[in-house]
Amino acid sequence: MTPDPALVSELRSALGADAVLVSAEACTPFECDALNTQRRRPDIVALPRSPEQVMAVLNACRRHATPVVARGAGTGLSGGALPVAGGVLLVMSRLDQIIEIDPARRIARVQPGVTNLEISQAAAPFGLYYAPDPSSQVACTIGGNVAENSGGVHCLKHGLTVHNLLEIRVATIDGEWLTLGSASGEAPGLALLPLFTGSEGMLGVTVEATVQLKPLPERVELVLAAFGDVRRCADAVGRIIATGIVPAGLEMMDAPAIRAAEAFVHCGYPTDAAALLLCELDGLNHDVQRELDAVQALLHDCGATSLRVATGAAERLRMWSGRKSAFPAVGRLAPDYFCMDGTIPRRHLAGVLERIGEMSRAAGLPVANVFHAGDGNLHPLILFDAGQPGEVERAEYLGAEILELCVAVGGTVTGEHGVGVEKLGPMCTQFGADELEAFHALKRAFDPDGLLNPGKAIPTLARCADYGAMRVHGGKLPFSHLPRF
Amino acid sequence: MDRDCTSALVEQVREASVRRVPLRVVGGDTKRFHGRATEGRALETREHGGILRHDPAELVLTARAGTPLAEIEAALASKGQRLPFEPPHFGSGATLGGTVACGLAGPARAWSGPLRDFVLGARVLTGDGRVLRFGGEVMKNVAGYDVARLLAGSLGILGVLLDVSLKVLPRPPGERTLALEMDEATALTRLAELARSALPLSAGSWIDGRAYLRFEGSDATLDEVQRRLGGEVVAESRDFWSGLREQSHPFFAGDAPLWRCTLPPLAPQLSIEGTPLVEWNGLQRWYRCPPGVTAFAAASAVGGHATLFRHAPAGVDVFSPLPPAMLRLHRALKRELDPAGILNPGRMYADL
Repeated sequence: MTPDPALVSELRSALGADAVLVSAEACTPFECDALNTQRRRPDIVALPRSPEQVMAVLNACRRHATPVVARGAGTGLSGGALPVAGGVLLVMSRLDQIIEIDPARRIARVQPGVTNLEISQAAAPFGLYYAPDPSSQVACTIGGNVAENSGGVHCLKHGLTVHNLLEIRVATIDGEWLTLGSASGEAPGLALLPLFTGSEGMLGVTVEATVQLKPLPERVELVLAAFGDVRRCADAVGRIIATGIVPAGLEMMDAPAIRAAEAFVHCGYPTDAAALLLCELDGLNHDVQRELDAVQALLHDCGATSLRVATGAAERLRMWSGRKSAFPAVGRLAPDYFCMDGTIPRRHLAGVLERIGEMSRAAGLPVANVFHAGDGNLHPLILFDAGQPGEVERAEYLGAEILELCVAVGGTVTGEHGVGVEKLGPMCTQFGADELEAFHALKRAFDPDGLLNPGKAIPTLARCADYGAMRVHGGKLPFSHLPRF
Repeated sequence: MDRDCTSALVEQVREASVRRVPLRVVGGDTKRFHGRATEGRALETREHGGILRHDPAELVLTARAGTPLAEIEAALASKGQRLPFEPPHFGSGATLGGTVACGLAGPARAWSGPLRDFVLGARVLTGDGRVLRFGGEVMKNVAGYDVARLLAGSLGILGVLLDVSLKVLPRPPGERTLALEMDEATALTRLAELARSALPLSAGSWIDGRAYLRFEGSDATLDEVQRRLGGEVVAESRDFWSGLREQSHPFFAGDAPLWRCTLPPLAPQLSIEGTPLVEWNGLQRWYRCPPGVTAFAAASAVGGHATLFRHAPAGVDVFSPLPPAMLRLHRALKRELDPAGILNPGRMYADL
């Protein structure tokens, strides 16, 4: 589609000629996010340098009734930043300044294009860090984290983005500035900050975020436990938590994932184990010691065939490295894979894993499991070969079955990757028509003309037959240099 | 006995919606003082009670809105768990629904996070009589907008809570409260310093020249904290903190207007006559002001907000005013979920 010349010239006069891209060559790199099976080259890419320029883009789009999609680093796994036809792609990466690290108040004030890890790095000299740690944290931006309510491996104890966010400044499509939340954490009126967090760019554009920093823990310990069967391992997860311990991280891998990771990074995992559990404990010295003793006794009691406690930071990182490289490691086992993201109540872990195994055998497609067991957040990786006739469809069908199983046991179709365009179909399994209509109504309150990221996150009732899933070709993820967990 | 009153509540709301009869949503009626006064026929939710699910290994409790808060806390305590945000009851009849709708938290707020952080899901009855379910009973869930958390602290203006799922946490092995003599300015600095240390400071308060510091953890941790900080161990620790939480402390006696100021970390002393009661390591400060004095300007001067919490003189608004764009958005949201405007009209702001 040829871009509207009046809109282009309006954007160029507001942002400068070099900040508005229209040529196919310049726009092609922005055609997808990390869900790279879905591509659409944007007609116009706008690269503002300031909040005022962001507002200028939104105002121009409103005047020209043009859809606008905000994009951070493009690391999203569900296609939330996929360009829409005839629209403007609003790329926030040039708003990349850390405005302030205030150690005394334990806050960081940043522009949306600052990466997640940069915040922790800037806070580290003060003994502080930013807790949410999505796997793409070296590249993903805080603006994208707000849009997706990003998680990571430490959510059970340290929370998601929504729990670590104090205040955001938002530009609306109506041309208004909103301040949601406050530095005290308490603001008058409705709790719009949590509503906005995870809204996938459908309600407004974040131009500044104030986040809470946490003191670095005094002591960290990591235990690796191997099990001879998956059920015992899954049951240990619930027993650790029921005993009154909230681990900083509690991650599980099954046999295919263990073997793939060990072959990939040689981190010393027991390749004869049916399942392994990584349990990280953090806090004050005495408390961590008490929990470490209790966790070891409990894992032993649950039938762990071997137990190892990392002897220092170096070994801890090595033990984590297998887990953190599990996605690319599994990606080497087959030409393609889909990654699911369902969350279930923990009590169903063993049963759901067994059922996924049965579904996998029935479909004739292997599934590797590597996931956030403490949160009940599964990442089944369905292996297939798109070159074989019918395999894509079989893999998609299996993926849909798995997400339906998650919903059936009281869970959700997406724990942390977002809906984007990928899970519009599965959303229809989880929500009824009344809830979907309420979501559309809430969007109308922020965006009456439906110009912000239209068609994402919330399916129209008409869309409710469609299904999609993440597809990886040739074992290559976009951002393949990033660990995925 | 089945305590599910969903259909009766739906019936009442639908009828009121058609006839445009305003409703005052009531749980235990313990927090009627909170927010602006609202006129309307009482919609009683107390009978709609009962804990639906609580599996300690899940760290989740789901209960109907009319369930007494005391029943929930007792059920959690029997499994060594608790509501981390330590909500005030303000009376023996407090219910889960009222607690979530008011969104108030107790002394642990600065340590644990606000009530809304622990809301995982909710079933809600909208102003036009639809029953909707948002969120769920799992720790991580990014499917759809987070309407369940939007309802926390919404004072019932968007919908009537039917069931709520909360994240709960284990009780710590022990707690200890230390009291140290210091003036207000010193306390404000000291509390903020302790909050950014790795020490497990689960509550930090200052009143009448003494800072009260509550720590949680193993005995060994608590002994070490005490060695490091000194101070006097407060024997009746639970009573002291419940006195602040329930406002039975003498500071809260009498009928002078009670102002609640919520402030950014390290906010200086406010330019308000009188000595405050400080909570949440300085993030929340209570003031008793003579009628005619308001705290809005003093709080906003340092980047905070004020609420006239109790004993509001006639004609004084109780919440900090919203900027015009925010107020328009609030109206639009209200219109979408309560088109007839019958749920707790005016409870939060005059025309909401």
